[in-house]
Amino acid sequence: MSTMTATVPDQAGSMGTVRNWKTPIILSVLAVFALVVFALGAPANSVTFRLSDPSDAVVLTDLVLSAPVTGWICAVLMLAAAVLSILEVRAGRRVPGWLVAVFSVLFVVGFLTWVVGSARTPNVALYGLLAGSVTLAVPLIFGSLSGVLCERSGVVNIAIEGQLLFGAFAAAVAGSLSGSALVGLLAAAVAGVLVSLVLAVFSIKYIVNQVIVGVVLNVLVSGLTGFLFSTVLSADADTWNSPPRLPVLPIPFLSEIPVIGPILFRQTIVGYLMYVAVAVIYVGLFYTKWGLRTRAVGEHPKAADTLGVQVNRMRFTNVLLAGVVAGIGGSFFTLVSVSGFGRDMTAGQGYIALAALIFGRWNPIGAFFAALLFGFATNLQYVLSFLGTPVPNEFLAMLPYLVTIFAVAGLVGKSRAPAASGIPYIKG
Amino acid sequence: MKLELKGITKKFGTLVANDHIDLMVEPGKVHTLLGENGAGKSTLMNVLYGLYQPTEGQILVDGKPVSFGGPGDAMAAGIGMVHQHFMLVPVFTVAENIALGNEATKAGGLLNLDETRAKIRRISDEYGFDVDPDALVEDLPVGVQQRAEIIKALVRDAEVLILDEPTAVLTPKETDELLAIMRQLKADGKAIVFISHKLREVKAVSDIITVIRRGKVVGDADPDAPAAELASLMVGRSVSLALEKAPAQPGEVTFRIKDLTVTAANGQRAVDGVSLQIARGEILAVAGVQGNGQTELTEAILGLQDHVAGSITLDGEELVGRKVKDIINSGVGFVPEDRSVEGLVGAFSVAENLVLNRYDQAPFAKGLAMNPARVAENAAQRIAEFDVRTQSAAAAAGTLSGGNQQKVVMARELSRPLKLFIASQPTRGVDVGSIEFLHRRIVAERDHGTPVMIVSTELDEVLDLADRIAVLYRGRLMGIVPGNTSRDTLGLMMAGMSAEDAETTQTDAAQPDAAGTDSAGGDK
Repeated sequence: MSTMTATVPDQAGSMGTVRNWKTPIILSVLAVFALVVFALGAPANSVTFRLSDPSDAVVLTDLVLSAPVTGWICAVLMLAAAVLSILEVRAGRRVPGWLVAVFSVLFVVGFLTWVVGSARTPNVALYGLLAGSVTLAVPLIFGSLSGVLCERSGVVNIAIEGQLLFGAFAAAVAGSLSGSALVGLLAAAVAGVLVSLVLAVFSIKYIVNQVIVGVVLNVLVSGLTGFLFSTVLSADADTWNSPPRLPVLPIPFLSEIPVIGPILFRQTIVGYLMYVAVAVIYVGLFYTKWGLRTRAVGEHPKAADTLGVQVNRMRFTNVLLAGVVAGIGGSFFTLVSVSGFGRDMTAGQGYIALAALIFGRWNPIGAFFAALLFGFATNLQYVLSFLGTPVPNEFLAMLPYLVTIFAVAGLVGKSRAPAASGIPYIKG
Repeated sequence: MKLELKGITKKFGTLVANDHIDLMVEPGKVHTLLGENGAGKSTLMNVLYGLYQPTEGQILVDGKPVSFGGPGDAMAAGIGMVHQHFMLVPVFTVAENIALGNEATKAGGLLNLDETRAKIRRISDEYGFDVDPDALVEDLPVGVQQRAEIIKALVRDAEVLILDEPTAVLTPKETDELLAIMRQLKADGKAIVFISHKLREVKAVSDIITVIRRGKVVGDADPDAPAAELASLMVGRSVSLALEKAPAQPGEVTFRIKDLTVTAANGQRAVDGVSLQIARGEILAVAGVQGNGQTELTEAILGLQDHVAGSITLDGEELVGRKVKDIINSGVGFVPEDRSVEGLVGAFSVAENLVLNRYDQAPFAKGLAMNPARVAENAAQRIAEFDVRTQSAAAAAGTLSGGNQQKVVMARELSRPLKLFIASQPTRGVDVGSIEFLHRRIVAERDHGTPVMIVSTELDEVLDLADRIAVLYRGRLMGIVPGNTSRDTLGLMMAGMSAEDAETTQTDAAQPDAAGTDSAGGDK
């Protein structure tokens, strides 16, 4: 028995070359665009990026860049990166990930310099831009985490939008009635679970198509909250729709760190819960018994079943748990962002969260960064429309969605969804 | 541990999959369940493993009745199962797969994979398995995946081990290794239930053989009984195991492949510099373990692959770069390896499936309209000619049994004049009776003067049909050898040895009757 050497039939055959020109083409087009707009079309003035608020403990000096010089540097470097990517692909290699990352950073720097430079006031608070991005990303991150929990265990969750909206609604109503923001927060979690419960019962127990259940739930929640908003909440807003806001709790010392301190450590309890949720779900998924079973149920439920794991029970609890997470995310809209519920106030954020989930490759940390990117795009749109740039507002409003499409379609590469996601498990 | 099944009956609606089956499994024995595909062996084992609830009957462990609500109960009772389709999560490591459901944990519910790794190493050393606990399952060859499955059962202290068609996916060498493992487990006092329809292996390893036919136990057989006797017990009538075929009369060479290279999307060369030719009236069998480029080779011929370099000519015309439809219309008949996915449209009727390659041509279509009368007429003829057992020509093809589905595909492809016939896995999952019929049709096509290419991972089938055998390993041609080459030589070539080296090794080993009795015996 000592001679059991395995033959390897299908691995590591000799490598041939399949050239994929997608990335070099995209990079080249963007680089030429940058050359024309950021460099040749650069405004003659200089641009000021403010790095810290004058009231901060440590005040950094402003960053002043010359728009034409920065534009040219970025454009030339981007052209070089594009050429490098062409050479790599011609040599039969893949475009390295770092090259795409560097290119993206250059593009963002070039774009910011150009667009702020062309504004009426070529002066922007970079810290504000970034802090706003994190804040705006909070509900997206909760939504994505809800998606991670569901999809990793094999249930597609299109109902993130509905969970967020119902969470927002419940937080507003419960917060107003009780006068306590924490009660609102709790109610939001319960509301998220209620949406989840419907999703779980129909998709797991009655094996209805999961996408359809999700879409129907979104429409249902939108209709229900919209109806209650116009009949009850608007009629007596003082009683029903004036929730207290969650206080901002700066963490001592950490919040004093220049630039990142105010961005990361001046949050409400919802913001901190977001960090906790990302960490807990990440560790849970990849380092615990619960996570191993969850992933197994989402990849190969039959294998899990043959080992005594109760597939549908596992899926059911995870979908409910996802409701808690998304519901808390929903409370952000009414307890943090603005004080009060508005009709359809989540405005498609649940779908963006779904995109972040895919862009983040079904990984909590990936989803976190993807959501931050979308948050940045959204905030940039707000800031730019405020500064008065030459780009029409309607185009700026497209920015988060353009970023979403490019991110999901172009840059995801070969990401693999959990194999059994969306497929109901029927025993026997 | 003694395991007894008493009067087990399992019904799915009106279908009786198991009909009052009695079985007694004892420690230290290899107990074989012999039966054709669809005889109800797997259903019985799934009942035993708690995946199905029996409609009637009892399971006794050491004389005490037990009832299994799920696989967890069966495992707790000491029953382990290696499924035909491995129950391993491809994106997990071996250790994660083995820990699943039986996780060792540290404080706070954190996984303790070190403990699982240690257990794997201990069992791996004991049986000489050579399994790396940290390898990703999807990167492992099937033979190693199978050992991971066995470890999974042993880690849970299984006393009874059920192996469901374990050799279907293995090379001849891996099969021999598995049989050795089974003997070793038996020596350790484990009871082994071996499910198979491959007579050679059954005869080699069994202590007791129970034959199952159409859900019923037909009787017990002696492992020393001749293969033909076992086969007729299994099928219920006498079968001729050896295919009668006249020697090939190769004519002019009309099909040539030259320096064919197919690159897969991930950049690997799935087919690497393959050159071969097939004459009219000759069968060339392509042998090899699954996943060594056979699929890509046949798909390249049919124009289904991108990134093809080299040349494929039929009657002097180049096929590379042409559309699939052109290639089919130029007279290439193609039976794909997976009939349910690529060969048939399950929801379409048998009649429609029979014209899938010609639905838009006369006489089945005129302009935009199809001619249902001619389609039905064609179906009636083909169904009669190929003895397709279906309720009617209008029945959905997906409702037919595997053998009959295959007959539909074969009937469609053979019902027009061909210049080249390619069949991938022509009899995979097909019952013995149909195998005989399909093989005769393939030989008939050859005798009709068509160049025929068969791709099969079943060595028996290759040896039965082939006039010449081409062996593929990692996309490369290991050589083309005569049809009567010994099983052992082919086994070595399938593991990556060149034809000459394999011959020499075999001669050195000096096994006098290796080729004679083994291959000509034609066990299936």
